[in-house]
Amino acid sequence: MEVGKLGHFPHERIGTTYVIRLAGEVDELAAECFRAQVDEVIDAESIRTVVVVMRDVSFIDSSGLGAILGRYRRLQAKGGTLCIAEPPASIRALLELSGVPKLINIYNSERQALNAG
Amino acid sequence: MTLQNYMALTIKAIPENVGLARIAVAVFAANLPFTITEIDEIKVAVSEAVTNAVVHAYPDGAGTVELRAEVSEEGLLIAVRDWGIGIPDLDQARKHGYSSDPERLGMGFYFMEELMDSVDVESEPGSGTTVIMRRQPKQADRIQRNTEPAVG
Repeated sequence: MEVGKLGHFPHERIGTTYVIRLAGEVDELAAECFRAQVDEVIDAESIRTVVVVMRDVSFIDSSGLGAILGRYRRLQAKGGTLCIAEPPASIRALLELSGVPKLINIYNSERQALNAG
Repeated sequence: MTLQNYMALTIKAIPENVGLARIAVAVFAANLPFTITEIDEIKVAVSEAVTNAVVHAYPDGAGTVELRAEVSEEGLLIAVRDWGIGIPDLDQARKHGYSSDPERLGMGFYFMEELMDSVDVESEPGSGTTVIMRRQPKQADRIQRNTEPAVG
C-alpha cells in the first residue's frame, strides 16, 4: 500500500479500482484534500470504481459527505461508480440521516466492496 | 435563567479553525451530562454552523466568526455569529437538500435541526448571520423524572 504524502489519504490501486482510506475528522478542510486527490486520479487514469474506506474516520459532517457524493456523481457521469466500506456506527448514523445510502452502496467490509466493484 | 458557565471563542473564518470550534464546544458541553453520542451530534451541528460562516459569509476574503456557548438550567446554548454578507433567502437556505453549489450536500441546516433541540437563525444582508442552537441532555430529563416524588 502506498502511504500518502502530506495532505493525501493512504490509497491503493487494484486494477481499475482506487481504494482510498479516509481517516480522522473529515470536515471542510479534509474534504478539500479528498476531492483534489480523487479528482486527480479519476481525471488522469482509467479508474472505474472508487472504494472509500471509512474505518478510521472519527468525524464527518455535510462538507465531507458532500465531497463523497460529488465524487460519486463525477464517476457516474464517466460510467464508473463509488462505494463506501466500513463506516463506524456513529458515521453510519449520519450517513442514514443524509439519505446518501439511497444512492451510494455501503459495505460492512472492504473485501465485500472490492468484490462488488 | 441563571448562567452557570459560558465560553467565547473568536476565530478567523478559515476551514482550519472549524475543528477548533468543534472541539472547544465538545469539551465545554461536558459541563452537562451529555452522552458520547449526544456530544458527537453537537459536534456535527457546530461544524455545520461554523462551516457555513467560513464558506459562505465572506466571499471577498478574511472575516471573523464568533462562537459562544452557555450552560444554564435550560441546557446548552450555542451561538455562532459572523459579520458577513448574510443569507439572502433564509427559507431557501434552510430547505433540505438545497445548495447553491453542486459539490455541496445542502444539508447543513437540516443536520443542525435534526441534531439539536432548536435552531434559530437571524440574518441581515450585509450585516451578518447569527445561528442559535439549543440542546438539553436527554439523561437530565430522565434524572428529573426519576427524582419526582413517587407519591404526591
